Amino acid sequence: MKKQLVVIGNGMVGHHFAEQLMSSAAATEYELRIFAEEPCRAYDRVHLSEYFDHPSKTHLQLGDEDFYSKHQIQLHLAEPVTKIDRDVKKVISNSGEYVYDILVFATGSYPFVPPIPGNDQPHCLVYRTLEDLDAIQASADGAAHGVVVGGGLLGLEAAHALKKLGLESHVVEFAPRLMPVQLDTEAGTLLRRKIEDLDVGVHTSKATEQIIEGQDKRLRMCFNDGSYLETDLIVFSAGIRPQDKLAAEAGLTIGQRGGILVDSHCCSSDPHIYAIGECAVWNHQQFGLVAPGYTMARAALAHILDDRSTQFSGADMSTKLKLLGVDVGSIGDAHGTSPGALNYRYADELTGVYRKLVVSEDGKHLLGAILIGDNSFYDTLLQYALNGIELPSSPEMLILPSSTGEAVSLSSSALPTEATICSCHNVTKGNICEAIDQGAISLADIKSTTKAATGCGGCAAMAKSILDSELEKRGVHVDKSLCEHFHFTRQELFHVVKVEEIKTFDALIERHGKGGGCEICKPAVASILASVWNEHIHEPAHVALQDTNDTFMANMQKNGTYSVVPRIPGGEITPAMLISIGEVGKKYNLYTKITGGQRIDLFGATLDELPKIWEELIAAGFETGHAYGKSLRTVKSCIGDTWCRYGVQDSMSMAIRLENRYKGLRSPHKVKMAVSGCTRECAEAQSKDIGVIATEKGWNLFVCGNGGMKPRHADLFATDLDDETLIRYIDRVLMFYVYTADRLQRTSVWMESLDGGLEYLRQVVIEDRLGLAKELESRMQHVVNTYQCEWKSALQDPTKRKRFRSYVNADEPRRARIEMIEERGQMIPARQIAEEEYS
Amino acid sequence: MNSLAKTIPEWLEVCHLDDLVMGSGVAVLVKGKAVAIFAIGSNDFKLYAISHKDPFSNADVLAHGIVCEGNGVWTVASPIYKQHFRLDTGECLEDPTVTVNTWPIRLRGNLVEINTSDEVS
Repeated sequence: MKKQLVVIGNGMVGHHFAEQLMSSAAATEYELRIFAEEPCRAYDRVHLSEYFDHPSKTHLQLGDEDFYSKHQIQLHLAEPVTKIDRDVKKVISNSGEYVYDILVFATGSYPFVPPIPGNDQPHCLVYRTLEDLDAIQASADGAAHGVVVGGGLLGLEAAHALKKLGLESHVVEFAPRLMPVQLDTEAGTLLRRKIEDLDVGVHTSKATEQIIEGQDKRLRMCFNDGSYLETDLIVFSAGIRPQDKLAAEAGLTIGQRGGILVDSHCCSSDPHIYAIGECAVWNHQQFGLVAPGYTMARAALAHILDDRSTQFSGADMSTKLKLLGVDVGSIGDAHGTSPGALNYRYADELTGVYRKLVVSEDGKHLLGAILIGDNSFYDTLLQYALNGIELPSSPEMLILPSSTGEAVSLSSSALPTEATICSCHNVTKGNICEAIDQGAISLADIKSTTKAATGCGGCAAMAKSILDSELEKRGVHVDKSLCEHFHFTRQELFHVVKVEEIKTFDALIERHGKGGGCEICKPAVASILASVWNEHIHEPAHVALQDTNDTFMANMQKNGTYSVVPRIPGGEITPAMLISIGEVGKKYNLYTKITGGQRIDLFGATLDELPKIWEELIAAGFETGHAYGKSLRTVKSCIGDTWCRYGVQDSMSMAIRLENRYKGLRSPHKVKMAVSGCTRECAEAQSKDIGVIATEKGWNLFVCGNGGMKPRHADLFATDLDDETLIRYIDRVLMFYVYTADRLQRTSVWMESLDGGLEYLRQVVIEDRLGLAKELESRMQHVVNTYQCEWKSALQDPTKRKRFRSYVNADEPRRARIEMIEERGQMIPARQIAEEEYS
Repeated sequence: MNSLAKTIPEWLEVCHLDDLVMGSGVAVLVKGKAVAIFAIGSNDFKLYAISHKDPFSNADVLAHGIVCEGNGVWTVASPIYKQHFRLDTGECLEDPTVTVNTWPIRLRGNLVEINTSDEVS
């Protein structure tokens, strides 16, 4: 019988524990049962405030949708454990009793609410769970003003969330400065100024004595200095406390200031019970960050599986984050409390930059650091501090602005093998080198083999630089040639075509390639030429370059026949046009099916039938749907405020506008889009390359999602855009993709391969960092202006039409040679099994 | 078998030069068989004739694949499952145990002819 492993808590750390167990060799020896107090499965609490950007509970969800079912984990949601009977090794919930062999506490923590009289009235809230956020959102309805009690990390996050809800936000802090744990006075003052510049009120050295009914607003906070502040809602974010009540009741040893006492295996005072994450206390310390929680999960699991190699021995509490858009970083002994510690400081009050180094007495080692305003210094400093790397003779160089404006970075070859690069997944430089030895050559490879840079993502740049230097050290030249005929990447060829105004494949291969071309370079170059010059794909110079599908502007199916997909923009179609499609399908005996992209696919046409079918479709008002091309497929849409009770914008008109704008754009791979008329997201825009979701104020733009083999949620790119800005941003994103992506690279992989990822894309598209925006827009406008329905122009030109002959020397209808059978009233290709029976 | 047919060259006119697509293929029907004809090169082009039927999918499609060059060898990539077939020998690069039929081909004036005398049918 399998051993019973019970975990209480399904937060980030509890989830990580489950993931680690399931990926271990011993996974099959355990039956895992998880109890969760919250009604939804594990989600990313670190990015909680994003919930207000797109309020779907699944957006923040951790792991794959089917993770728990796939591994047959018994997940009891909204079912808190009420009691533990250690004598018989049972946990008891409202629904039953369950035996355990091993029990793991991952109950996390609860928000500390200071004992202020009046703190329990309506509109006094906390900031910890999705349910808390729902409550804050409900309270913000009809409110104009919100206060966060607590000026620490979480408090500032909460203030950010209130701002996102459109409230005038204020922060009230007991200490004389913001983030007193991580920052010194100077940094705290600077941070305060930057945050006040963002219209967030900051009130320090304020102790709230009581909360009473307000006169102008809902509530009034009375401070001990006699002053007061009126507000409509209060969010307490004044620290966290370990959730240890159940453990205490079960008689486990609890730390002096709360928390389940654990050893370096995360084992509690009962050898069958472990505690990991924020509910645990190790060496009198609680760890309120996710990375140490993950390390604890791994240490506990190692011990359970009888592997003594991993232990928990404390954790680095350095943090780097963007608070309300302001870079803040704190490393190690930021306050310089170590004996003999010395400081280096750099301050620029004009631009709001502050950097401090805390070094050892001999000046050789970095003990701690504080950064405000620019976190690009963080990674290097952290490596110095964590790995005890000897500092250069002038350590101030590490924080002084350089003439190039870039942070001095530690060469990755200077890092020791055991240096931790990714603390979320405990990946060392050595692990990355191993992955490279086993064949990893890209950051994407490193991510998938080591999981580095897949947690908070903060180490991506460091991982990339290790990859580059290690590859160089090994003499590995990463050949990015398109194929043997062109020693260029797609991006380079694109550039060459544009700059030298090359218009044909023959000219390009003559000048910059060799040989005769192949099935890799021909369609890739054809696509580049189409993106840049947008000539008809059947022009004589291009005709031999195309894939079969592009050549015949239809999709070849397994038996050599083609399918035909007319464009139905936004999925909107009149009954008359629907009838025309039906009539064509009936006349040519085509198998018809509704596609996932809200249009209709007609299967089984032969080459000679294609022009006849299109003549009729075009007469009925249809255009080609480009289902055969690496180009825009469909813009899926919900009905929006045209009919829907919940719609807040006209998603139909926007979808049709987008589809008509970008139809015909040839791109490195297919592009899909969708527009939803409200946050219910019926058009599934977040699974598309370009997703647009209506808000009360305009449109939220999501980019770089996809379905398929490796589904990926799109990332929120910009919010509340008006129609014209939306289209301008999409123009730029798409054209930048067309300019720079590799062949057959979907937008998601492309974005992840950009150094700087999403943030870089924002800089290029929104802030126009490369000064490319105008060019990208005008290039797109050229494509829009030169659009032609490829089928319409092919039919008008006798030489192009000549191509659509099954046999150039015979009129025999090719269909006679193709074996078809009937199924559910339609014709389909004869199945393999049928062939065998007849042969 | 007709042994005479094997020895006497039998050149059959299959199409006109204008029917060909330079750098790509077209299909013709010869005695009920589907043949793919390719014209490679521009001014000084060379003609090839191989079976139009793709042995992996059993569909008549090879004339409509992309023509590829690798180390001087010309092939066509099947549009269905992308195997490459040599235009000169019919050999499949991915699976040398598979070979498709080839025919001698020539241009007489503006007429394209193939020789079916080796045909074992």
